[in-house]
Amino acid sequence: MRPWRVAHHATLTGPCFRFISAFMTPLSRIRNFSIVAHIDHGKSTLADRLIQLTGTVAERDMKAQLLDSMDIERERGITIKANTVRIEYPAKDGETYVLNLIDTPGHVDFAYEVSRSMRAVEGSLLVVDATQGVEAQTLANVYTAIEADHEIVPVLNKIDLPAAEPERVKEQIEDVIGIEADNAVEISAKTGLGIPDVLEAIVTRLPAPASGDPDAPLQAMLVDSYYDSYLGVVVLVRIMQGTLKKGDNIRMMQTGARYGVDRLGVFRPAMQNVDELGPGEIGFLTASIKQVRDTKVGDTITHERRQCEKPLPGFKPSVPVVFCGLFPVDANDFEDMRDAIEKLALNDASFTAEMETSAALGFGFRCGFLGLLHLEVIRDRLEREYDIDLITTAPSVIYHIYMKDGEQIDLHNPADMPDPSKIDHIEEPRIKATILVPDEYLGDVLKLCQDRRGIQLDLTYAGSRAMVVYDLPLNEVVFDFYDRLKSVTKGYASFDYQMIGYREDNLVKMSILVNDEPVDALSMMVHRDRAEMRGRAMCEKLKDLIPRHMFKIPIQAAIGGKVIARETLSALRKDVTAKCYGGDATRKKKLLEKQKAGKKKMRQFGKVEIPQEAFISALKMDS
Amino acid sequence: MIEDWRNGGFGLYVHWPFCEAKCPYCDFNSHVSREIDEDRWRAAYLSEIDRIAELTPDRVLNSVFFGGGTPSLMSPELVNALIERIREKWTFANNIEITLEANPRSVEAGRFRGFADAGVNRVSMGIQALNNPDLAKLGRLHSVEEARKAFDTARSVFKRISFDLIYARQGQSLNDWRKELTEALAMSVDHLSLYQLTIEQGTAFWERQRRGQLSGLPDEDLSADMYELTQEICDQHGMPAYEVSNHAEPGAESQHNLIYWRYGDYGGIGPGAHGRLSLNGRKHATVAWRNPGAWLENAEQGNGDRINDIVSNIDQAGEYLMMGLRLQEGIDVVRVRDLDPAALSPEQTNKMADLGLIWQNGNRLGATPQGRMVLNSLITELLPDHPE
Ligand SMILES: Nc1nc2c(ncn2[C@@H]2O[C@H](COP(=O)(O)OP(=O)(O)OP(=O)(O)O)[C@@H](O)[C@H]2O)c(=O)[nH]1
Ligand SMILES: C[S@@+](CC[C@H](N)C(=O)[O-])C[C@H]1O[C@@H](n2cnc3c(N)ncnc32)[C@H](O)[C@@H]1O
Ligand code: SF4
Ligand SMILES: [Mg+2]
Repeated sequence: MRPWRVAHHATLTGPCFRFISAFMTPLSRIRNFSIVAHIDHGKSTLADRLIQLTGTVAERDMKAQLLDSMDIERERGITIKANTVRIEYPAKDGETYVLNLIDTPGHVDFAYEVSRSMRAVEGSLLVVDATQGVEAQTLANVYTAIEADHEIVPVLNKIDLPAAEPERVKEQIEDVIGIEADNAVEISAKTGLGIPDVLEAIVTRLPAPASGDPDAPLQAMLVDSYYDSYLGVVVLVRIMQGTLKKGDNIRMMQTGARYGVDRLGVFRPAMQNVDELGPGEIGFLTASIKQVRDTKVGDTITHERRQCEKPLPGFKPSVPVVFCGLFPVDANDFEDMRDAIEKLALNDASFTAEMETSAALGFGFRCGFLGLLHLEVIRDRLEREYDIDLITTAPSVIYHIYMKDGEQIDLHNPADMPDPSKIDHIEEPRIKATILVPDEYLGDVLKLCQDRRGIQLDLTYAGSRAMVVYDLPLNEVVFDFYDRLKSVTKGYASFDYQMIGYREDNLVKMSILVNDEPVDALSMMVHRDRAEMRGRAMCEKLKDLIPRHMFKIPIQAAIGGKVIARETLSALRKDVTAKCYGGDATRKKKLLEKQKAGKKKMRQFGKVEIPQEAFISALKMDS
Repeated sequence: MIEDWRNGGFGLYVHWPFCEAKCPYCDFNSHVSREIDEDRWRAAYLSEIDRIAELTPDRVLNSVFFGGGTPSLMSPELVNALIERIREKWTFANNIEITLEANPRSVEAGRFRGFADAGVNRVSMGIQALNNPDLAKLGRLHSVEEARKAFDTARSVFKRISFDLIYARQGQSLNDWRKELTEALAMSVDHLSLYQLTIEQGTAFWERQRRGQLSGLPDEDLSADMYELTQEICDQHGMPAYEVSNHAEPGAESQHNLIYWRYGDYGGIGPGAHGRLSLNGRKHATVAWRNPGAWLENAEQGNGDRINDIVSNIDQAGEYLMMGLRLQEGIDVVRVRDLDPAALSPEQTNKMADLGLIWQNGNRLGATPQGRMVLNSLITELLPDHPE
């Protein structure tokens, strides 16, 4: 969660200023909730309206999806980091309530953001696009909310659209999710219709925080932290018990680290300092913490002197599940890349990076991500914020390799695969995938899952939509599953997954050989049954990408010593200047020198030169 | 050890930059001009001949070549005046070759006698194609009939005749070319230049191709097949390729072009002409002003050259390699290594030899027929790496 960081002055001039209470708010007048939904169903737009209607941000400072402040979020129109905002709402009962809302990302890669946000609050607004109905992340979010013991208020959004079918969607919510939807709030986050009802529902239908004693020993949840270039590490906290004051000496119960609180505040959404935070409140602290890595999300913060008895249960850590190599196109950018990667990794605990060298691509990093979107986001940031052109190798997952001698190895990179003769067996990560899809595409989806070695777990219908649950290898999903799913369903399917553990299968490392030399950057782990197909596809692609040489070049996919696919790039047949310009040797020389310079942009593999471009294209997942 | 250039001989190139019309494929330095003041041009050429003669005294001249443009548009008197002055300045080799490029039109054929009387002993005719639709597509002003007539006239006047054909034309099939080439060989010449059509930047064809309006050009495979077929047919007729695109009966090779390819010395006279002259132990690369007007003015003021650079030994090695590998006879490895000890390392040459792209025989090294087909890549491989 990375609270809002721009326009620090915004609230000082806003009309809301008068609502800021100098004192702790009583629990009964606090409501903490997350806004959750399938991607693009309108969470951030709803947050905009809540912020606007309560006058939290001055009208002239408003903009669409105000909380999506990262360039990449604005550009793609999606939320990547959860954002917390404190708004104050004078309710119909005459009381003014403090509402802490957390806008969450919808994309499955960032499901972790949603689940930990939920741990910091008591209720959820479940936004459902009334034109789309229940989608895969809608379901996933509901389950997480139920797990977190949340009260859920369903909100039907986009009812301004002619295609909206609120009644049908209500039924669907009841059928598919099994929660009451009769009293769902119907709104248009775009036009503002129904927003007052949402505010009232928050106050009347969501619970206040459970009892909290302001005088008890401090027990606060470290919900998230991020790095701010002015303030250092900023920690998002939710106070469960006790009171946190500026200047307090605190202790992180899991890491054991101690700090003095420099600053305490709330997000409105700009940072606003407060003197203390009491039970049920959500805010931030800074404490001269140097690195985000020094903090552990889910940790319990207590007072150094008067510690609470029990730490909070903590969060399951988010771990990267998709790995790939990132290499600078220009080897001279390596040092810059190292700096950039370090910076990004410091701020994003779910992104990991380790140095890697490749014969094909030189120096680079083996990086771990939460999923393909996360991968794309990091790569984008490296390329744009740090101006480094990158080559990305094929995404892979972590395989568990069980050696005959009993040793177990986590394989992140196919290039590190041990000698197969010493391997007893290999296990791969599996996921439980939930796919919602209109009836007419069901057949294609089933076929796709089947092709990807899926095991069907469940198949149910809700109206004209089918919900299929599959046990699938993650490996197949990171290859090009999204793209395939999108294309076979014309974009009408939604998809969510969670890891369910490891299972043994017939997995092999497939190497790509160009002119009999293995090209490390192109090797990949595949299921034995799919190896031929993948190998053929790669060989065909390379055949088009490698320029012809003066000799013919075999391009092969192999498992161990066994070739499973082969293409031959025929030799260059003709490359000769027909006529010579009288005595103009200079002209010819220039031409040939240009040709020679072109060769410098190539990587040498034995006798074969492969242009950088070929790697970039061969490793592209789509196409 | 003899001076390097003597391995190649000494020649003079004279460029006449005017044509009746500009052909759409041509990027030679040729211009269409209404008024040509021949007297002025004569004076400029003569002055340039004198200038170069002064630089190269005591040389035996192996060849003179009038190229263009269309030098057959020069008056025989002009050609005569130039040859006369050249004869005054240099000692002619016994077998001196004096070639003139001629367009095969009746106007020019009428001058052939005059050219011969002036001393021209070889013509190279730009016949280009042996069928009228293709000649039209190439933008040529002559028909096949006219060309044949001009050719017959040339036969009756000159002992040595060559002509040029452009093949791998739009819509030309392998069989079309087989027929046409066979016809060409039946015209019993001892020298033929057979060029595959190249789409050069700055030409009308280039623009047409860019706009997607130049269809039917052969792909790499067909063009390779055509080249191979050309070798096969010419070999059968006793006219092997002594250079990439030049075929001759043994002994009938163009001495002039051999000077270029053997990397000898040549003076370049006329707009855009290139020269390579070894003077005081250093090789000079000269380039004359390209624009006819600019050349004329500069030549009148005493020097028509725009560039006169010293070519380093390393660059000479590179140029010799590039030019020499076009020849069937190949290059002299010792000569290359004398100029650049780093060149032609056994590592480089063995790699190419393993691929069957070059042959080696004592000190000589050349491209095999297979290597010649990919000569540009081959040369790129063999050119040594020298950091700038
Ligand atoms: N017509 C209409 N469009 C809406 C409404 N609410 C949101 N949208 C549009 O839906 C798109 C997605 O809205 P967001 O608010 O970014 O959705 P989100 O749920 O925050 O998306 P993620 O954060 O990426 O999961 C935007 O183009 C909005 O303008 C609505 O009530 N009516
Ligand atoms: C300098 S031109 C002069 C010959 C003379 N002006 C004529 O056109 O007959 C020499 C030869 O180069 C060849 N040539 C010119 N442009 C060419 C091109 N773009 N592709 C292939 N051959 C070309 C033609 O065969 C031409 O005869
Ligand atoms: S091909 Fe010959 S005639 Fe045609 S423009 Fe070029 S030089 Fe002139
Ligand atoms: Mg959003």
